[in-house]
Amino acid sequence: MTDTTAATNLAATPSSATPGRRGPRFDVKRQGGFGVMAMFCLLMLYAPMFVLVAYAFNDNQFVMIWKGFSWRWFGIAVNDPEIRGAALLSLKVAAIASVTATIIATMAALVTTRVKPFRSLPLVYAIVNQPLMVPEIVTAIATMVFFAWIKTVTQYQGLIYLVVSHIVFCIPFAYMPLRARLEDMDLTFENAAADLYATPWQVFRRVTFPLMIPGIIGALMLSFVISMDDVVITVHVSGPGEETLPLYLIGQLHRGVTPEVNAMSTLFLLASVLLVTIFFIVTRKKT
Amino acid sequence: MAATSEAAGTASIDNGRAQIAAQKAATRTVVSRWLLLSPALVIILGCGLLPLFIILGYSVMQPGDYAGVVCCKLVPDAWINLFFEQDMFSDALAPNYAYYIIFARSILMALFTTALAIGVGFPTAYFIATRSPKMRNLMLFLITIPFWTNLLIRTYSIIMVLQDQGVLNKILMGLGLIHEPLQLMYTNVAISYGLAYAYLPYMVLPLYASMEKLDFRLIEAGYDLYANRFQVLRRLIIPLVKPGIVAGSILVFIPAIGDYVITTQLGGGTRMMFGSLISQQFLTARNWPQGSALSLGLMLVVMIALFVYAKKAVGRAQS
Amino acid sequence: MKTFASVLLAGAVLAFGAGTALADGELHIDNYGDYTNPDLIKKFEQTYNVKVTLDTYDASEDMYAKVKAGGSGYDVVVPASFLVPAMVKDGLLEKIEPNQMSNFKNMRPEFVNVYWDEGRHYSVPWQWGTTGPAVNTEFYKGDINTWAVIFNPPAELKGRINVEPGMTDVLNAASYYLGQDACSDKKEDLKKLNDTLIEAKKNWRTMDYDTIGKMTSKDAYATLTWDGAAIRQRLQVPTIQYGFPKEGLESWMDNVVVLKGAKNMENAKLFINFIMDPENAALISAFAHYDNGIKGTEPYLPKEMAGAPELTVPSGVKTEFLKPCSQDVTAMHAKIWNNLLK
Repeated sequence: MTDTTAATNLAATPSSATPGRRGPRFDVKRQGGFGVMAMFCLLMLYAPMFVLVAYAFNDNQFVMIWKGFSWRWFGIAVNDPEIRGAALLSLKVAAIASVTATIIATMAALVTTRVKPFRSLPLVYAIVNQPLMVPEIVTAIATMVFFAWIKTVTQYQGLIYLVVSHIVFCIPFAYMPLRARLEDMDLTFENAAADLYATPWQVFRRVTFPLMIPGIIGALMLSFVISMDDVVITVHVSGPGEETLPLYLIGQLHRGVTPEVNAMSTLFLLASVLLVTIFFIVTRKKT
Repeated sequence: MAATSEAAGTASIDNGRAQIAAQKAATRTVVSRWLLLSPALVIILGCGLLPLFIILGYSVMQPGDYAGVVCCKLVPDAWINLFFEQDMFSDALAPNYAYYIIFARSILMALFTTALAIGVGFPTAYFIATRSPKMRNLMLFLITIPFWTNLLIRTYSIIMVLQDQGVLNKILMGLGLIHEPLQLMYTNVAISYGLAYAYLPYMVLPLYASMEKLDFRLIEAGYDLYANRFQVLRRLIIPLVKPGIVAGSILVFIPAIGDYVITTQLGGGTRMMFGSLISQQFLTARNWPQGSALSLGLMLVVMIALFVYAKKAVGRAQS
Repeated sequence: MKTFASVLLAGAVLAFGAGTALADGELHIDNYGDYTNPDLIKKFEQTYNVKVTLDTYDASEDMYAKVKAGGSGYDVVVPASFLVPAMVKDGLLEKIEPNQMSNFKNMRPEFVNVYWDEGRHYSVPWQWGTTGPAVNTEFYKGDINTWAVIFNPPAELKGRINVEPGMTDVLNAASYYLGQDACSDKKEDLKKLNDTLIEAKKNWRTMDYDTIGKMTSKDAYATLTWDGAAIRQRLQVPTIQYGFPKEGLESWMDNVVVLKGAKNMENAKLFINFIMDPENAALISAFAHYDNGIKGTEPYLPKEMAGAPELTVPSGVKTEFLKPCSQDVTAMHAKIWNNLLK
């Protein structure tokens, strides 16, 4: 790539050294129309959600026909035992799955990044990323068949089947930010610690792990969201009575929605806004 | 003389000890490596890959009367059916156009959705990456929130916008631009919008991660060499963020091609896609071998697409 | 981080270990969506001190796949009549002999010896009804008592029709429209069936089980639906009427069965007996507005169901409980269905 090599050679020259041709106000970073597109993108992302929130206040059973302002659907949503049950179950499964997946992915990431490529490394990558490569419906059916066989043989029913299936697809999602973070960390600190007679475990606990924390948080959050969102695999693998939030929503969508769904969605939206705000405040303090 | 040979002797013993120690350390590294990898490998091999082998087995068996498979005679019927079918009324073997249409529809839809996601996501990610750190954080915050909202809720909100009685039609009619509501729901437009909306964060975030690491001194240098903005974009920025583009495209294409929840919700259920076809084979058509063959066929399509894409991406990088 | 981890660990132990600490056990039911009265479940839970979980499906076949795969964990499911003989043959059902239970005397005599369970050894009725067209007469004033509104619609309805995507429902309705035997294996008949459906689909807007939502939101002006759903549509939009096609229409019955080897066998049997009581059967009907198979429920039904035109097939209109077709014909039907949906 001759363009970039020439460019790299010139990279040492700061912009102030070559004014004139481009003028003092030339913004290197500007690209035409990108700002407009970014605003459009944000608009497209938020417009439907505003609509959703607005109609949560509709005092009418038919969501789209506005009849007046009311808070009542919020009351109904909060008191609905089915929503509470579904939300709690989703949170439970997502929490367990994301923590487990992050731990497993951390171990895998430590061993597969910043090392001299060993022979089976590509195979390991392929295996770790396998759940990402397979379309969800395929995984869902295959897992349902497999677990059905296990359930028949062991006669054991329980939440663990659903949780394990979630852990499987959460692992690659947790692996990505961990790997990205590790690759950004060079080995100098760890080598220094080793030079100071620290054991590998001490190196991990006191050097690597604290440095990895942004990656770990990213992994936890990403896998949590992925687990909470999952529909296809959950539909096929869930046992009797295991209704997660997406399953509840699908049922509602099939049976005719009332603004109760809007109200519930608004509450969840508020919860996520709160969480993301906290996350941003916390990480801002670090930088 | 004796002193140096003694020293040499001790040195070689020390060397030997060092070698043994190094070997031990190397083995320990290998052992600990596989130990740390084992949970990931065990879970994914056991609960991710093993079920796929069961599906492979099902795909070559005969369907049971109402569900399941009949053990254990192996027949290639389901696989042949992917390409050819026996015409119902003439018993002749003809290309299975029904399936071809479904395959093509899904692939095109997924490609279009990916292109849409790149078209909207690339400028957005770039814009965010080139703001001041405070603006950047704010915009990331804004982009992340929809990501944290449940997928079905987001799909439902699109329905609220696009419906005949939805907000878009209400606005357009209120402004007097149209007199009859536009029938936007249950069209390909609705499906692509829905898929792009659902998977846009998966494109923006990896793209942003790549762009954040962009060294703008290189871009500057490009301008110094009399390149215009478009050339800088095409020959500097895009190649430099290629990993982000690849990652984002994969994360959008794969779910889009196998999707059937959003497609059915927004498409009305009249046009089958790969995902709904597979689901239907297992349920209504009660043909598990066919469903299994279709599942593996879908996987193969995805693998081939990934392989081709990876080859092209690597190829261009090396040229 | 450490306390967080330990809290989560404790949570995990609770999640997996505890299960449900219950008085007299549980019952796991799988039924069609939007089809079970929550009051019925509550009444059963309180009467017998049992915790009930209810899962739902859109079509019997979804449930069948899960049950056949094994380890579904359900005790009670509700298959359509044509699936009951298949489930018996596959050894999936427990022979619970409802005909010996205390409430059996309440079953309507005409539903005791049915083709899918002569003498009622495996199943009891849940609800029954007909499959027919519903039309919003605000948009179409013509004759709705014909299948042509779905399969060869007038201009006002074109592009505004919803068809619930149940393969047997649609194919049987089309066979009635064409005047053919629903299980005909003649090549010309099947070809006519295939061609008619493909032509008709050009005028359909959606294929969704949520017929009530589609009609009340006016996304659809006409739909293939069932009599009870049509009542619920009419209660929200009074101009919606249910048609009784002169070509004939199908009757169906959904039946409650117990799965073989169900973990909560006793509670399941209690439930079967429970729903044969007239008051409880009335609770079932009151929710989805379908007729039930039990005598003496009239005094307990909601008033909007008394005399509802949707529930009585007019004299002179042919209706029957259609039997499932042979394996070969069903396979051909599946091909036609695939061809239709592409």
